[in-house]
This record gives sequence, structure tokens and C-alpha cells, in this order.
Amino acid sequence: MNQEQAALRTRTLLWVWTIFVIVVVYLPVVCSALASLTKSRYFLFPIRKWSFDWWDKTMASIEVSTLVKTSLMLAGSVTVLATLIGFFGALAFARYNWKGRSLFQKVVLLPIFFPQPVLGLALLLWFNALGLPLSWHTAVIAHLVWIAPVVTLVIAIQVYGFDPVVEEAAFDLGASRLQVMKEVTLPMLWPGIWSGMLFAFLLSWGNFPLSLYTSGADSTVPKWLFTKMIAGYTPMVPTLGTMSTLGAALVLSIGGVAVILARRRSN
Amino acid sequence: MKIHALQIQDAAISGTAKKSRGPFLTPGARCALPVIVLLLLGFAAPLTAVIAYSFAEPHSFNVFSSFTFANYAEIFNTENTVWMSFLWSLSLAAVTVLILSVIAYPIAYGMVYVFGRWSGLVSILFVFPLFISENVRLYGWVLFFIKNGVFDGTLNLLGGSDAPEVLYSPGIILFGMIYTYLPYMLFPLVLGLSLLPRDVVDAAKDLGASRYQVWREIELPLAMPGFMIGLLLTFVLAVGAIAESKVLGGQSVIVLTHDIEVSFTYAQNWPLGSALAVLITLITGGLTLFMLFKLDLDRVLGRK
Repeated sequence: MNQEQAALRTRTLLWVWTIFVIVVVYLPVVCSALASLTKSRYFLFPIRKWSFDWWDKTMASIEVSTLVKTSLMLAGSVTVLATLIGFFGALAFARYNWKGRSLFQKVVLLPIFFPQPVLGLALLLWFNALGLPLSWHTAVIAHLVWIAPVVTLVIAIQVYGFDPVVEEAAFDLGASRLQVMKEVTLPMLWPGIWSGMLFAFLLSWGNFPLSLYTSGADSTVPKWLFTKMIAGYTPMVPTLGTMSTLGAALVLSIGGVAVILARRRSN
Repeated sequence: MKIHALQIQDAAISGTAKKSRGPFLTPGARCALPVIVLLLLGFAAPLTAVIAYSFAEPHSFNVFSSFTFANYAEIFNTENTVWMSFLWSLSLAAVTVLILSVIAYPIAYGMVYVFGRWSGLVSILFVFPLFISENVRLYGWVLFFIKNGVFDGTLNLLGGSDAPEVLYSPGIILFGMIYTYLPYMLFPLVLGLSLLPRDVVDAAKDLGASRYQVWREIELPLAMPGFMIGLLLTFVLAVGAIAESKVLGGQSVIVLTHDIEVSFTYAQNWPLGSALAVLITLITGGLTLFMLFKLDLDRVLGRK
């Protein structure tokens, strides 16, 4: 067999394997979607009667709209705070050569390399020991401990590509610190900031292990789905799960377009 | 030249900062402050509290007023079952990491060298599942494998035979973990492989190295930082996994985090749960710190 044939064979095998894994990755998502489109109370495959009944019921449910509101408030607060903290964190991580930088870089990564359920449980104990009442507010703190470092990393990657000489030039031309930040630094870093916001929102929206232990009586979408999975299946479980997935896909596409536009403008 | 300019500029900025805002914090340190405060209050403090509780008397809330190793002794006492959950979690995590590296390596290789303009789409397809809660994705597998579910129904339709019962067993927990943690292995591998200069591989091939030699002598060692991050990240996350055993495993195996949860909630035995959390923190934290101090993060992330 000559070399070209061997290379072609490798390429084909790599494609086949990758597509197979992608299909496996999305198979359960498709199963959920199928289960949401059945008319009956229990899921039987092949589906005998298709309908959007459970979608209508889920849309009309007051319980679900409370969940979605809590999840949105949680994800919104986390996005704003994590982006603010992460923006400055990224400058410290990648822009300035300061004394503690190398240590700081390692410390920032620690919460990412930590199992989230254990972090959630440690925070549960900590909040209880402090006597803080658990609600979605405490969940904001829990999410931030994990998400702010992620956002820091995402923005830091953008900062690495940023040439500080441009800032220096602006200072030389007499711009103030605030002006440099507004006119030079921020516009150049926008693509990274947008990506950071997108990650923050989506990771918070889909987070299960931290919300489970730290949101107290407040329930988020993933947490409510979990309680229903363990006890009391209703077709609303796959329906709300599918809706949540579609929502995330929508946010990802809109956000992705925003990031691409910002990247074009900053070039 | 560029680095030189950067240093001068930093010196200039920190110089002015020193004059105007006091000598204590450089701009870098000031920018790091919000993250540091957050991690002190939300990461260091809770872990310290957990450590303190792990030495308190069992079933008590007498933190700081009592000191005992009884909780640790209870974990390693073979008359209890706690050590089993420890063993289960560690072995499930180890097997997950091994299998995932075999699954993910070819995909990462393809994304870096073969897929070309398609690799962007492939990465989005692998990132997106991270934004769907793991319990939702795992529950999709329940709907697939359950009696009269998608798999069973399809088999019945095709040949009339029933699907094997796989749910609520240790095997399906392992499968769930491999499924959940795939992206955490894949992306560090992609990062590692993309750090590898293509011309080095080409040069080795020109000099007559075999495919295996190229892989053994060049690809693997140069991609090692990414490979190590992937191994570590998946292992550390898998040791703390709980959703897989709860959603898919039907608690046929009690994992470590489940024991911590029970101690912190129904059992109200904070000291025992804390001791378990301390052990898991020692394992994951130790491995993480060991690796982070071996890596040049600027090079891995900044590609300079």
C-alpha cells in the first residue's frame, strides 16, 4: 500500500470515529426531545401518538415559569459579576508583570480543578456555619467561585494577544488612565469579554451540582428536573430539559455572532 | 524588543501608581484583588471550615472546642462501608480517565491536523454539551436504555427481542462518567497537540522515522502539557462525580460525594462528611498543585 492510500485511510477512520462519538454525544438529547413529543403520560418507544401537548402544558405551568425566572436571575447576576471580576483578573493573569503573577495564575485555576459537588457541599457547610439563609443569592456566590476563574481564563487568552505598546502610545499622546481604558484597552478586548460573558451565562444556566446544594428552597431548572427524575416522572421533565437545551443553543448562536462581529471590529 | 517595551511600560505604570496611590499595590496586584477576595471568601474559607470540622467530635457541632481523629479512623475502619465508596470513586475515576484518553486522542488529532476548516464546527459540537446540565443529558440515557425506551423499542421493532438490562448497575455509572467528562479530556488534548510545531514532525518523517516513532518520540512528549491537564482535570472531576450514580446508577454504588452529602444533610454528621471532603481535597488538590507547578502556564495558554 502506498503512502497516499495510507493517509487517506487514516483520514477516513478519524472522520468515522469522530462522527460516531458526536452521534453518541447527542443521542440522549434526541431521546429527551422524542420523549417530550409523546402524548401519553409514560414514554413508550416507538411513539404511538405524537403531540405538542406537553410543550403547551410546560409553557403554561406557573411552577416552571418561577423556575425559569430564578434561573435567569441567577445566571444574569453571575454573568455581570463574573465578567467584572474576570476582566480585571485576566489583566492580572496575562497583562501585567507583577510579583505574585505566577502564584496568582495557579490559584485562579484551583477552583476549576476541583470537583463541583464537593465545592457545593463545602459551601453548604460554610453558609450553614455562618448562619446565612440559603437562597438563589447564596447560589450566586457558589457559581461565582467556579465561573469567575473560567471567565478570567477566557478573557486572559484574548489579553495574551494584546500588545501593551498600543496602550503606551496612548499614554504618550496624553490620554488619561480612564480614556486609555475606554478608547484602547476595552475595544481591543471586546471579543474576549463577549466570550467570557457567554461562558458565564451558559455555565450558570446549566449548572446542576452547585445549585443543588447552595440554593436552599429556591429551585433552578436543572435542580427541579433532578428532583423529578429521582421521584415523580412526568413528560414535563424531558420537555423542560429540551426547552432548556434549545434556549442554550439559541443564546450560543446569538452570542457567537456577537463575538465574531466584535472580533471583526477589533481587527 | 516587544518584551523590553512592555517591561519599560510596566515600570512606568507602576512608578506612577506608586506615586499616586501608595506603595502597596502594583496595577497587577490591584487587578487581581477582586478574584483573590472572592476565592478567599468562597473557596479558602469554606475549605478551612471543612478542615476544622473534620477534627471535631463525631455527630457534634463542637468545632474548635474538640480535637479528635475519630472521623478519619471511622473512614478507614473496615467494619464500616465508607471506605468502599472511597475505593469505588477512585477506581471509577481511574478507569474513566484511561478509557477517555483512548477515545479522545484520535478526535483531538483529527481536530488539529486533519479536519481543517471543519474543526471549528467539530469543536462547537463538543463544547455545546457542557452548557446542558449533566443530569438532563444523563436522563436522556435513561430514556434510551429503559424498558420500552428508545433502544428496547427499536430492538423489539426489528427482531422482537428485549434489550439487556443495563440501567442501575456500576457499568452504566462508568459509561455515564465517560460520557460526561469527554470534553474535559478532549480540549486539553487539542491544546497540547496544537502546541506541537508541525515542521518538527515533518523533519522527523523526512529523516525516516516511522509513524510509531514520531508518536512516541515527538508527538507525545511535546503534547504532554495538554495531555497532563486533560488526565488531571478528568480524574479530579470524576473523583467527585455524583450525578451519574444518582441518575443512571440508581444508587447501586454509593460514591464518595454521596457519602459526604448524606453526612452533611440527613445524617447531620458534619465532622464525618468533612473528613471525607478533606481526603478528597488532599487527593485532588495535591495532584493539581503538583501539576500546576510543573507547567509553564504562559506558554500553554499564550502560545508564545
